[in-house]
Amino acid sequence: MRPDHPAADQVGSRLDPYVDRYAARALGMTASQIRALFAVASRPEVVSLAGGMPYVAALPLDVVGELMGRLIIERGAVALQYGSGQGDPTLREQICAVMELVGISAHPDDVVVTVGSQQGLDLVTRIFVDPGDVVLAEAPTYVGALGTFAAYQADVMHVAMDDGGLVPEALQEALADLAADGRRAKLLYTVPSHQNPSGVSLTPARRRQVLDICRQADVLVLEDDPYGLLGFDGDPLRALRADDADGVIYLGSFSKTFAPGLRVGWALAPPAVRDKLVLAAEAAVLCPPSFSQIAISTYLQSYSWQEQVKVFRKLYRERRDAMLDALPAALPPGSHWTRPAGGFYVWVTLPPGLDATAMLPRAVTARVAYVPGSAFFADGSGGTSLRLSYCYPEPERIREGVRRLAGVLDQEMQLHETFGVRGGLSGAHPRGQPDAPGPDLR
Amino acid sequence: MTQLRYALVLAGGLSHERAVSLRSGRRVADALAAAGVRVEIRDADAALLPALAAHPPTAVFPCLHGALGEDGALREVLELLELPYVGSLPDACRRAWAKPVAKAAVRAAGLATPPSVTLPRETFRELGAAAVLDALVQRLGLPVFVKPTQGGSALGSSLVQEREDLPAAMVSCFAYGDTALVERFVNGTEVAVSVLNRGTGPLALPAVEVAPDSGMYDYTSRYTAGTTEFFVPARLPDAVVHDVAAAALIAHRVLGLRDLSRTDLVVDDAGTPWFLEVNVAPGMTQTSLFPQAVVAAGLELGEVCRDLLTVAVQRHTRRGSDG
Repeated sequence: MRPDHPAADQVGSRLDPYVDRYAARALGMTASQIRALFAVASRPEVVSLAGGMPYVAALPLDVVGELMGRLIIERGAVALQYGSGQGDPTLREQICAVMELVGISAHPDDVVVTVGSQQGLDLVTRIFVDPGDVVLAEAPTYVGALGTFAAYQADVMHVAMDDGGLVPEALQEALADLAADGRRAKLLYTVPSHQNPSGVSLTPARRRQVLDICRQADVLVLEDDPYGLLGFDGDPLRALRADDADGVIYLGSFSKTFAPGLRVGWALAPPAVRDKLVLAAEAAVLCPPSFSQIAISTYLQSYSWQEQVKVFRKLYRERRDAMLDALPAALPPGSHWTRPAGGFYVWVTLPPGLDATAMLPRAVTARVAYVPGSAFFADGSGGTSLRLSYCYPEPERIREGVRRLAGVLDQEMQLHETFGVRGGLSGAHPRGQPDAPGPDLR
Repeated sequence: MTQLRYALVLAGGLSHERAVSLRSGRRVADALAAAGVRVEIRDADAALLPALAAHPPTAVFPCLHGALGEDGALREVLELLELPYVGSLPDACRRAWAKPVAKAAVRAAGLATPPSVTLPRETFRELGAAAVLDALVQRLGLPVFVKPTQGGSALGSSLVQEREDLPAAMVSCFAYGDTALVERFVNGTEVAVSVLNRGTGPLALPAVEVAPDSGMYDYTSRYTAGTTEFFVPARLPDAVVHDVAAAALIAHRVLGLRDLSRTDLVVDDAGTPWFLEVNVAPGMTQTSLFPQAVVAAGLELGEVCRDLLTVAVQRHTRRGSDG
């Protein structure tokens, strides 16, 4: 605008009357062209290997329906009423029994029922993390946790992982680097079993090491365990919390073993923390949904729910196999990928130079979708990787999706060979909301 | 008075701009409902044609962005079905959709448009990217603007200041399409001029000036309320205001567009308007430019959309009686 312009002092419109009133933490909440692409991924023409929706169609819906109908008729006056901020006492007892399966011995008084484990994550971050505080997390880490940490303006530092999970030496190094800077980490956030997004699990030996390191450094561990009962081989992996009641806050969920739509998870915390979590939970939502809690409690009590978990395990195992069988022929030389022993996801790392973020529009054109690796890093790095989920599509669709992905990768290799560089979309989100799909994407 | 029994807004589709289209469609549908029109909104998918056959609307308002919606294909289908619809005929859409074609047409009509080079992906592969890019920079200079020849919402577009950044920009561009338009960057005031024809001849609405905080009117600046400052009317001298309006009307006319369009231009320091591109299905979201121009003209979006539907029905009726 030239200064001598006739209307140089004209005030424009920003189409948002609240633009100067938002909190600083809302600055990163912007539209993203990567997230917009997931709008296409939700269409049935697209094979979505992007979402993380459990395959709830495998539930005995007739049984669940009958159970819920009876629940309203017989206990509607309780199920439709407010409940305790800490959660239904009967359900908390049952949650303790569920946690015994991953080796945890706990008292129902130390359990706080939450609106999905995502709320547990939010509440723990709320009571522990001030803006600028350091949170350690695996590299890569769960995108929903990054969203929460961003909302509380945490400084997320990633710690390297390999096929055995979080690397203890890297954790020690990160803590030493922080100490050298006169800083400390408030939390280590970890998904030790069948991690989202990598599909990798922390080995038993490393579990002990990680606990020791955190105990010595006085870092609280936030263990997120939604997939703990969804291992494909043998007994469930022993939770970190099973071996450290004071240094670990444990988050559990019914979203993968039963139904995410009921939005029920829990936090298990030492008593002092638990009291604060209850107060924080009451401030946030008053109480977790009574209907959902009683429905889950009734389901656990009256249905062979562990047999149902076996059904899920078998189903997800078949889909994992379909994906792992299809990948070798589809991925370019120099790619590597994880072989998950449970959970929902395979993490693929492409040869150097290829960029899964820049490639996503082409994939959407080819009617296949995935989540670029950059979504799982606080700084938007990780663009050479991508997360493929096998939880929702049928095996034949998974095979078709991987076939389509192969064509996309072939073209991307050609582009890379032609130009010798990756595209320019990586790191497109400076901070704030990561470039990941919403929870309802198939 | 033509009766609009019920109008159908088409939104969604499978293009990269699906999310934007859904928002445009919702806004147009809401505006039409507020103007007293019975309206439904529907995706463009395999269920569309059976639904149109079973329950034909009085007229269709396409709000599909990207291919199918803007390349003329959907309108060809509406022609096949003999359904009245708002907007340009298929061949006009095809001309406007292909940015190099539209640029050539407006240049021939006397408008300035930045010098550009159009190159498919294969050219770089066959002739060697470095040599082609060097030739390109020699011809156009720097900075340049790289964008897919087709598509909107600035997807796959980037401003390149340095030669070394050009390969990455090309790769990003080719993620959205197989042919790139590399255009000399013209620094200046970015404006959009919407053209509306409610049956009485094309009228240029007040120019909307965009001033994104980031300096780039990219996807984030377009669809995050608060991140771009809009000036309506644009902060331009009266003579230039007249020139940009005239330029948009020329583009609308020479490309054979009808009912509505939006022409994007940049006005340089000398006051010359440079044509960048034209949209036959302009965005209608809460942050889009066409609705702002409508309001600035003292009109109601719902009434404008209703009038366009009415014009479409009348046109269709006339054609039927002529034929």
